[in-house]
Amino acid sequence: MFKGITLKTFPIPTLTVLVMTLGLASCATPTMKSSNYLEEVQPVLTASFRAEGQAGMDRLTPDEANRLCSQSEYEGKPLSDKQTEQIRNDNFKTIKWPSNGLFIGDYKAGEIIAQDGRGKTWSDKEGSVNGGNCYNCHKISDTEISYGTLGPSLYNYGKLRGVSDVNSPTSKPIIEYTWAKLWNARGYNACSNMPRFGHNGILTEAQLQHLMALLLDPKSPVNQ
Amino acid sequence: MRRLSASMTAVALVVTATTAYAQKTTSDGIAEYRAMLQDGNPADLFEAKGEDLWKQARGPKKASLAQCDLGKGPGQVKGAWAELPRYFADTQKVQDLESRLLTCMETLQGFDAEQIRNTPYGKGEQTTITALATWVAAESKGMRFNLPQAHAEEKRMFDLGKKLFYFRSGTHDFACATCHAQDGKRIRLQDLPNLTTQVGAVTGFGAWPAYRVSNGQMWSMQLRLNDCYRQQRFPFAVFGTDASTALGVYLGVTSKDAVAFAPAIRR
Repeated sequence: MFKGITLKTFPIPTLTVLVMTLGLASCATPTMKSSNYLEEVQPVLTASFRAEGQAGMDRLTPDEANRLCSQSEYEGKPLSDKQTEQIRNDNFKTIKWPSNGLFIGDYKAGEIIAQDGRGKTWSDKEGSVNGGNCYNCHKISDTEISYGTLGPSLYNYGKLRGVSDVNSPTSKPIIEYTWAKLWNARGYNACSNMPRFGHNGILTEAQLQHLMALLLDPKSPVNQ
Repeated sequence: MRRLSASMTAVALVVTATTAYAQKTTSDGIAEYRAMLQDGNPADLFEAKGEDLWKQARGPKKASLAQCDLGKGPGQVKGAWAELPRYFADTQKVQDLESRLLTCMETLQGFDAEQIRNTPYGKGEQTTITALATWVAAESKGMRFNLPQAHAEEKRMFDLGKKLFYFRSGTHDFACATCHAQDGKRIRLQDLPNLTTQVGAVTGFGAWPAYRVSNGQMWSMQLRLNDCYRQQRFPFAVFGTDASTALGVYLGVTSKDAVAFAPAIRR
């Protein structure tokens, strides 16, 4: 039923701003002095770390989104509108929709992934199953009291957004939004602290489908 | 039960103390509370071991560390930790407590510094450094953090540490700041100190070396940072290198005037 989804069907919140920004680009001046943030940090990191297990030295080279967000937070100055739009658009473009067209998996499997905080450290075995770390930062189900507070509560996530049937066409926009946010949160919030689970290969498509069920399935404990 | 009532008494005492001396800062109040919880910290054993190791003639040169200069002159241990990391003219580097101890072990005792730097934590001479650091830190208990910032290298390392604190990278895009730049947040049930504030910095930076109840190990600041970076999904942070030293300067300077209380006891 979600066949034929393209980015065009997806509400792109940044489109109008983007057009405006592009229009102004020719006369815009850089709001941030061309700092040598990365030039200062990079050689120190290279000299202070060594590759270990699956954590190679390539992990110390940030992408443009991380470079801009790090520098802005270090300087205590917000990104310019142009930089914000650049990050959001670059990241939005990376979002991949489920190859089998299915967005909703098994919420019970989703709960296990949400609880699991392992994976991708140098002490984790390469190729082992990664967890979602979700409870580290979010309240999710009401029965798990050991949850973090860095992110907003996701309790009643689907219910509060009016999802009573995941197959209903009215649920489609929130389902697509949630998938996209899990895949690459920086497509919405340029300097979000949330890991880019799909984009960075932390979770598989099947794992994301299970987390989607945990958040959106009306039968999930999250929506009771 | 006895333990519970003891901590409840401690809380009550802190409340009383805080009320009675309203002019005291928040970090002073927290420091007093910690001092009351310190009773029976197994770190005491490492502290005693460290003092013994300092005085022993050891290494190829069969010398003690009595002439080791931790920044306040040869053999001056009291208060040294509250001013570290700092710049050392002989090595022409800003060094933290543990890398400075290694320098002394190399120059005075003749140990192979490179070999020790690459020894896993908790093994061989790394355990010596941890014990020494525990004792030296304890010798600054009750003193206020006051890292020197006069030398250009000290200022540069502070700025570098701040830059590193906000540096996001790796598979999860984590920086130190992801978890440690806001007040009142927690990961699962664990409170996260806001390391950009004096109270938060002294809670985080000021606690180590600390005895970890969860694994029964004494952890140095270098190991604490190494494990933070592991959880950030970064590669392996090598002992005593500039990234951890710079972070130490950033956190130590941010802790200025807070009371030193290490070695602490931690989860």
